[in-house]
Amino acid sequence: MADVAQKVREIIAEQAVLDVEDVKPDATLDDLGIDSLGLVESIFAIEEAFDIQVPFNANEPEASDFDISNVAAIIKAVEGLVASKT
Amino acid sequence: MKRVVITGQGTINALGADVASTKEAMREGRCGIAELDIRDVDRLAVKIGGQIKDYDPETLFNRQQISLYDRFTQFTLISARQAIAQAGLEFHGDLAAHSGVVLGTSGGGMQTLDENYRSVYEEGKNRVHPFVVPKLMNNAAASHVSMEFNLKGPSFTVATACASSNHAMGQAFNMIRSGMAKVMVTGGTESMLCFGGVKAWEGLRVMSKDGCRPFSATRNGMVQGEGAAVFVFEEYEHARKRGAEILAEVVGFAMTSDASDIVMPSKQGAARAIAGALTDARMPPEEVCYINAHGTGTAANDKVECAAVADVFGHHADDLMISSTKSMHGHLIGGTGAVELLACIMALTDGVIAPTINYEEPDPECALDVVPNEAREVEVGAVLSNAFAFGGLNAVLALRKAT
Repeated sequence: MADVAQKVREIIAEQAVLDVEDVKPDATLDDLGIDSLGLVESIFAIEEAFDIQVPFNANEPEASDFDISNVAAIIKAVEGLVASKT
Repeated sequence: MKRVVITGQGTINALGADVASTKEAMREGRCGIAELDIRDVDRLAVKIGGQIKDYDPETLFNRQQISLYDRFTQFTLISARQAIAQAGLEFHGDLAAHSGVVLGTSGGGMQTLDENYRSVYEEGKNRVHPFVVPKLMNNAAASHVSMEFNLKGPSFTVATACASSNHAMGQAFNMIRSGMAKVMVTGGTESMLCFGGVKAWEGLRVMSKDGCRPFSATRNGMVQGEGAAVFVFEEYEHARKRGAEILAEVVGFAMTSDASDIVMPSKQGAARAIAGALTDARMPPEEVCYINAHGTGTAANDKVECAAVADVFGHHADDLMISSTKSMHGHLIGGTGAVELLACIMALTDGVIAPTINYEEPDPECALDVVPNEAREVEVGAVLSNAFAFGGLNAVLALRKAT
């Protein structure tokens, strides 16, 4: 799963225009300067990279199981979706 | 400045194939949103929409017409025929030269695009039907209306996403007001309920999978609709002299740009458009009894719209009614303001305020009288219609009861 975490960080880093090392696990999307459009673009990139469906509706982000509270949470959620795929 | 009145209206949308059935559905708070019946619906995550069902174009158009008319053009012609028949107008000579058609649409011939992309990309065909371009172009509907009714004056199509219809009707209003035209056929149309049209919206993750619940705390996004509504806007003296029935008077229009974000709405931009329409109409805020909201059912629109209304109207915001009929017919994108104007006219002519249906739970950020779930009988003298588009382009119309 280490490569999942690395890939997610790369996707977020690209969106935030940062180096991957600067995408810390406890950083929130706000900290990284990723707005609502940046978020849906990141989710799209994650879906494409891992061939998964991320259950996310921009109208009720908190209602979904997909936790976006910080980078570590996003990685954990993606790992879960990747695991349940196989 | 000339006065501008409405002397005809027509529609086809998910609630009905004419004005009478649409008004009846709005009065009863009936929902036109249901399971989509389109090709490849199983590949969509969003499977609902305000789709026009039991539609048979062959009863209304001949074979040559069908080969030339995309669904958005068909909806427009159906609506225009009703509106012009009600107005009782025929366009010849000088009147034809001073009458035109301005329509709003966002996607234009999306069905034609979708079908032909399939045929060349998916099926690998190297030949397409010769009418692909004249069918899909955004101005096809306006042009066919001008041809069917001999409208030879100013005619064009406005595309400002979800505000297209209001922008179009605002142009029609100002053309008559300024003396540039005597009669303008105006409104809007959309037919985006095809695989590509729904899939594109899905990508933005603002769509609801289970229903449109504007202003309700339980709302979770917008639902697309389809259809058209067309109106006859006429110079007041011209209508009066021929003894036409006047449905309502268009008294003000304003448009603004947020100049801030391509998708997120702005309270200031919306408020400036609402206040601008009041100023243009010389209408004191207290006169407004009803607002047909943009009310998309997204988290962002509904709270921003309510805040804008509260800003413009102050304490009067608590006394006026504001409802979103998108809860019933869905969001017709470029055609939506036109179908929503039917609810505004119904308020003025019938004293019936269309409800916001599917309202489940109050949202403190939308704490206005949203006419939840049931239509209300109230005599009203002045109404507004809001439209706030992606791209931050806002357009608000003000109407008064015919006098």
